[in-house]
Amino acid sequence: MSAQPVIPDYGDPSACVARDATFCTDWFGDHWWNLFWPALVQHLELTLIAVVAGFVLAVVAAVLCHHKSWLAAPVSGVTSFLYTVPPLALFQLLVPVTGFSVLTVETALVLYSLYLLFTTILTGLREVPEDAVRAARGMGLTRWQILTKVELRLAVPSLISGLRVTTVMTIGIVAIAAYVVDQGLGSLILKALQSPFNTQFIGAGALAVALALAADGVLVLAGRLLTPWARTRRAA
Amino acid sequence: MDTFLGSFTFMGDQLPLLLEKTGQHIWMCVIVVAVSLAVAVPLGLWLGHLHKGEFLTTSISNIGRALPNLAVIAIGLGIFGLNFTNIAVALLITAIPPILSQTYLAVDQVDPDLVRSARGMGLTPAQVLLKVELPLALPLLFSGVRIAVVYVISSATLATVAGGGGLGDIVLGQATYGLEGVIAAALWVAVLALAADGALALLQRVLVPKGLRTAGR
Amino acid sequence: MTQAGPETPAGAQDIVFDHVVKTYPNATVPAVDDLSLTVPAGEICVLLGPSGSGKTTALMMVNRLAEITGGDIRIGGRSILDLDPIRLRRSIGYVIQQTGLFPHLTIAENVATVPKVLGWDKKRLRERVGELLELVGLPAGEYGRRYPAQLSGGQRQRVGIARALAADPPVMLMDEPFGALDPITREHVQDEFLALHARIRKTVIFVSHDIDEAVKMGDRIAIFREGGKLAQYDTPRTLLKEPADAFVARFVGADRGLKRLTLTRLADLADAGALTPARDADAALPQLAADASLRSALSLMVAEGTDAVRVTEPRGPADGSDGTGPVLGVASLDAVRKAGAA
Repeated sequence: MSAQPVIPDYGDPSACVARDATFCTDWFGDHWWNLFWPALVQHLELTLIAVVAGFVLAVVAAVLCHHKSWLAAPVSGVTSFLYTVPPLALFQLLVPVTGFSVLTVETALVLYSLYLLFTTILTGLREVPEDAVRAARGMGLTRWQILTKVELRLAVPSLISGLRVTTVMTIGIVAIAAYVVDQGLGSLILKALQSPFNTQFIGAGALAVALALAADGVLVLAGRLLTPWARTRRAA
Repeated sequence: MDTFLGSFTFMGDQLPLLLEKTGQHIWMCVIVVAVSLAVAVPLGLWLGHLHKGEFLTTSISNIGRALPNLAVIAIGLGIFGLNFTNIAVALLITAIPPILSQTYLAVDQVDPDLVRSARGMGLTPAQVLLKVELPLALPLLFSGVRIAVVYVISSATLATVAGGGGLGDIVLGQATYGLEGVIAAALWVAVLALAADGALALLQRVLVPKGLRTAGR
Repeated sequence: MTQAGPETPAGAQDIVFDHVVKTYPNATVPAVDDLSLTVPAGEICVLLGPSGSGKTTALMMVNRLAEITGGDIRIGGRSILDLDPIRLRRSIGYVIQQTGLFPHLTIAENVATVPKVLGWDKKRLRERVGELLELVGLPAGEYGRRYPAQLSGGQRQRVGIARALAADPPVMLMDEPFGALDPITREHVQDEFLALHARIRKTVIFVSHDIDEAVKMGDRIAIFREGGKLAQYDTPRTLLKEPADAFVARFVGADRGLKRLTLTRLADLADAGALTPARDADAALPQLAADASLRSALSLMVAEGTDAVRVTEPRGPADGSDGTGPVLGVASLDAVRKAGAA
């Protein structure tokens, strides 16, 4: 990426581009469909795969640790270790193993996401009122029924808060993943950083911020819809 | 595997370079964390003591999390240009929210009965804050600081994008240092983050009152 | 007080503890030690004792939340050990102190929990929920769609009872069900439950640590001492009159004579012909409705400094505090004392 033209050659420069203004709305609009939109979709895809995979793993791990509490300390130790390793370093350390590939990116993202998801889900399960579980057992619900109908349902607020942090964080890290694979909004930023032409990296950066805020909002909304009982608490 | 072995050779050969970059890295992080502590801890303590500003602190923390570092640096390049201000702003946006929100929460959640009994014993508001609320808030406050420090060490790797130096110069400098160099520096950053987290965990043990240790895990 | 009907109620089954022992793993002494007692069908049996006396363990063994380590428990003649624990639990109503209502489900959904897992169809489910909520005084139309957090403590406890009754179990287990309620609400819910029990006639095992509650609710009371040993198993009246040993005497309290007075009403005195006819001179005496207990009568005499009360026909809300009906006669201190000693 060293020998880039001063202004990326995406066609005839408009007046704004020729002036080299801080942000050229017309250029941004002109390149929305061929540049920004595909990168946004890629960004979202990379994020979704990682968050969904991490969520499934974390739920399984948290449920296991909830029932076998001696497992919680080692699992928490390993995931917090992974969480402490800077994601950029994690990417680079995986490159010799899985190469410059989407697999590398997703593996690192999933490993990185586990800690927050695992701890929030486990906390959620542990905060389920003991009497509700005891009543459920006493009424003859099976362990599976107690898990799916009582414990996981009551842990939804925790699941959502874990998903919010993780999703927003993953969107941020996917931007850095562009150092490993040429995908997502991060790659637009990196390609344009060396040039003095600002519109591309400012636009992509702003889109990444917008995506994170939108994802957070969607999850907040999903949380509200999934926990109708929580809304009534204050009214009671 | 060869790459990993090669990275250790790199560490041996290029030790002065690595140490220099590590020094820059740590220096950058220390400045940012110090400024964040100076801003966020008093503000969090004060707001928590008054039990006001929950909306403010949670919003700041949510927005801070939602801003991808690279995006902030990219946008900052447009605004501040290629200099340390840009990096400092990006790193402060990373560090302040967790410290502020955890400090606030830590003080806000102190058992109101304890505060009431402290006031009932005739302690002044400042004494209540320093002798009761702050010690009780330490475990949670520390968890916020640990999160912030790890984030900053991690994010400082991106400083190179804006010409800020640090280990990121090597981690993101494959063209210059080769994959071995990249791996070596990545390992160093990881070790640095883990070591800083471990050191803070130790400090937390020393500073947190004995009676709270089981609660402050 | 409820009087057990002469004939065995149709739905209820007796519960027999047969030399039951429970020793928890890693414990040296048993939590329940050689417990043998029979709860007749349709009666309320209160398990009473200090904490750590094994009463809750004894209860939890019935629905196998705690597995017995010796002896046997039979419900309606069948050993609980022959049944799958899940199926057993679905056939037993279970009410606990904190209600254990599921906060994420509506009142109607909470009540429908067991019938739902039993696979009832929607129509039958809805009818049953409506019927039960009506039974506990929380009409489904008004309360069915609310969440537990929107109800008061007493209302939640009533929902807990409705939920326990959902699959029409012959047996109910209640673990300090009213323990978390304030005294006034508790009194109220106790009365309601007794009225409800008079209609549904389930066999109930009820854990309590409160002697007054036990005397009020129990057809029989089993008093436990530390180490999970049964100290005495009797009707409240016998228990208060003839405590088996010093431990029971201490547990029921030095005021057991007063407590016994709560078991008899002024109406019982009238039925026994122990009231004297009211004279004009008695017009100044304090008066009390006939459904009040002898204890209330005694209390009133002490408070007013008299040695008799006028007894009136009960009228209006039967709270026994105010008599406004025609005068039945006069109850003297002496008559009260004699009735209490009987």
